[in-house]
Amino acid sequence: MARAVTTQHKTIATAAAWIVALLIFFPILYTIITSFKSEQEAIQGFALIPSGTMESYAEVQAQSGYFKFFLNSVILSVGSTLLAILISVPAAWSMAFSPTKRTKDILMWMLSTKMMPAVAVLFPIYLIFRDSGLLDSRIGLTVMLMLINLPIVVWMLYTYFREIPGEILEAARMDGASLWNEIIYVLTPMAVPGIASTMLLNIILAWNEAFWTIRLTTTNAAPLTAFISSFSSPQGLFWAKLSAASTLAIAPILIMGWFSQKQLVRGLTFGAVK
Amino acid sequence: MKLRTLTLGLLSASALAFAAHAESITIATVNNGDMVRMQKLTDDFTKANPDIQLNWVTLEENVLRERVTTDIATKGGQYDVMTIGTYEVPIWAKQNWLLPLDKLGADYDVKDIIPAIAGGLSVDGKLYAAPFYGESSFVMYRKDLMEKAGLKMPDAPTWDFIKQAADKMTDRANGVNGVCLRGKAGWGENMAFLTAMSNSFGARWFDENWKPQFDQPEWKKTLQFYVDLMKADGPEGASSNGFNENLALFQQGKCGMWIDATVAASFVSDPKASKVADKVGYALAPDNGLGKRGNWLWAWSLAIPAGTQKADAAEKFVSWATSKHYIELVASKEGWANVPPGTRSSLYANPEYQKAAPFAKMTLDSINAADPTHPTVKPVPYVGVQFVAIPEFQGLGTTVGQLFSAALAGQSSVDDALKQAQDAATAAMTEGGYIK
Repeated sequence: MARAVTTQHKTIATAAAWIVALLIFFPILYTIITSFKSEQEAIQGFALIPSGTMESYAEVQAQSGYFKFFLNSVILSVGSTLLAILISVPAAWSMAFSPTKRTKDILMWMLSTKMMPAVAVLFPIYLIFRDSGLLDSRIGLTVMLMLINLPIVVWMLYTYFREIPGEILEAARMDGASLWNEIIYVLTPMAVPGIASTMLLNIILAWNEAFWTIRLTTTNAAPLTAFISSFSSPQGLFWAKLSAASTLAIAPILIMGWFSQKQLVRGLTFGAVK
Repeated sequence: MKLRTLTLGLLSASALAFAAHAESITIATVNNGDMVRMQKLTDDFTKANPDIQLNWVTLEENVLRERVTTDIATKGGQYDVMTIGTYEVPIWAKQNWLLPLDKLGADYDVKDIIPAIAGGLSVDGKLYAAPFYGESSFVMYRKDLMEKAGLKMPDAPTWDFIKQAADKMTDRANGVNGVCLRGKAGWGENMAFLTAMSNSFGARWFDENWKPQFDQPEWKKTLQFYVDLMKADGPEGASSNGFNENLALFQQGKCGMWIDATVAASFVSDPKASKVADKVGYALAPDNGLGKRGNWLWAWSLAIPAGTQKADAAEKFVSWATSKHYIELVASKEGWANVPPGTRSSLYANPEYQKAAPFAKMTLDSINAADPTHPTVKPVPYVGVQFVAIPEFQGLGTTVGQLFSAALAGQSSVDDALKQAQDAATAAMTEGGYIK
């Protein structure tokens, strides 16, 4: 009897998980379905079976080359992530292993910068970019994306580092390891899963960032977010083309997420749930 | 060997010199059929001007507006040519943000630009943007349903006739709504329609001293008529319908009439997209016999920001894109039905265009019936038919649009919506220093 109840519970839990997952995934699925419809079908109301036409993809590709935008997205997201990790590892290390009275406040203060709406600093940032010649440059945008994601990266790394017993680092120090050696050879290998999932999440965040990437670029540094936004229009039919552009834009990151889902899930549940 | 090195050196030096000479200009534009077509046809321009390279930035209308406003206000210099509308031109020209277009070339023929459009793009007699395509609004109706109702649409209907026709055409059992109108909140959505409509009811946004006029009987009549008409004969959930939603409804045969942009005519009469393509008739926007019709005027236009370093190249491009030559180029490649409409009088005199576009005459008459410099029955201190060309209008227009959309949805009464609109407008005008 007990076994039957457990099996039943399991089935219900599995079914519930599938339903929730489908609900969450549905908007993306419907975008993909719509991208294989003609513009006419796309506005004719809800339908799950598309005619399978590829005309939207052909038009999207003809209208603006996908590859240039894709390349910029890769450069910006990977570049900003590496830069963020480089800065955050030492920062998180010091806060995790030699905390002071004010460490919590500093962490909170860092996070508080995420609470301000981005548009509030649009003009100051735009002026700084203009005066330093960084408008529409990949370098400028890489730094910008790094800055906006930095608080999250520091927070995540801090939570992972806290899980690592300080005694191991002490032992390394007793064996005569320098600070640098301690971080590179002792701490980093133990924190690799944490760092990897932080990087993955940061790449996704940078890839999807659509406020600054649209407002600080024109042509040279414009990533896939700008590519998508060029297919929307208040007058005229564009749903299928917009869906095709969106599918092309999310496909790389979706595939990457698929392959690294183990690390992602592990990373996201690691410190938080405990 | 020496000779070869020398030749190579000379060649690369000249290549460098050429590269240094070639200028690239960046053009910000919106995503619509005519603009996309222009991007495909730019070979014609670059062949004639091999020293000018074109970079395109296409953005959704609201994002584009925000982007170019940020850039021009900070003199960021990211764009050399901007696509802007009749709302921005008077405001930006007064701020000295735009260069006057006085070097468009000898054969450009500025006088050929339709006077109503040129008036909306000029400040103190100087042209600050060249129209790429222009539009007004008019009535699109189903000839078959009109016949069934036993009525005949006049070329210039009154609002009373529209109401009478809508009542007769409405057939809820068969999913036919007598009339579809914009209800979605926004200064460029429902307020474009309602502001233009209010002109024909004798209403105005402000009197000569910038005092808001929503407490006057003309606005009450406008909004009450609109809400009553939509409740009786409009589609369900009309308060969230904008241009695209109404277009879909009309194409699927669910609207007897639709009053909206003239550019929609090419969509509803396209047999590939529309189930009712062969049944559509056109008429001027309605009036109430007060001397003003309820139609608007808009022109997507090309302007050159004052911050550009490449004004000459930019003006060459603007001249090409808005010339008679460009219209002929589109006609030769894609047919007369696809040329950008609403900018040049000569296009409407062209018999080939008249044949290809059955809605041509009605479009021109609609554009001519709008006067952005004298938009209302009573005098006003502002320019603009379906908007007020002041910087505060985007925010205020959207706030009022939300109030009116709520009245349409039945969340508030017409009187409440008007009272709140009056309060919001008074506050905005006082804050802006218009009311002393």
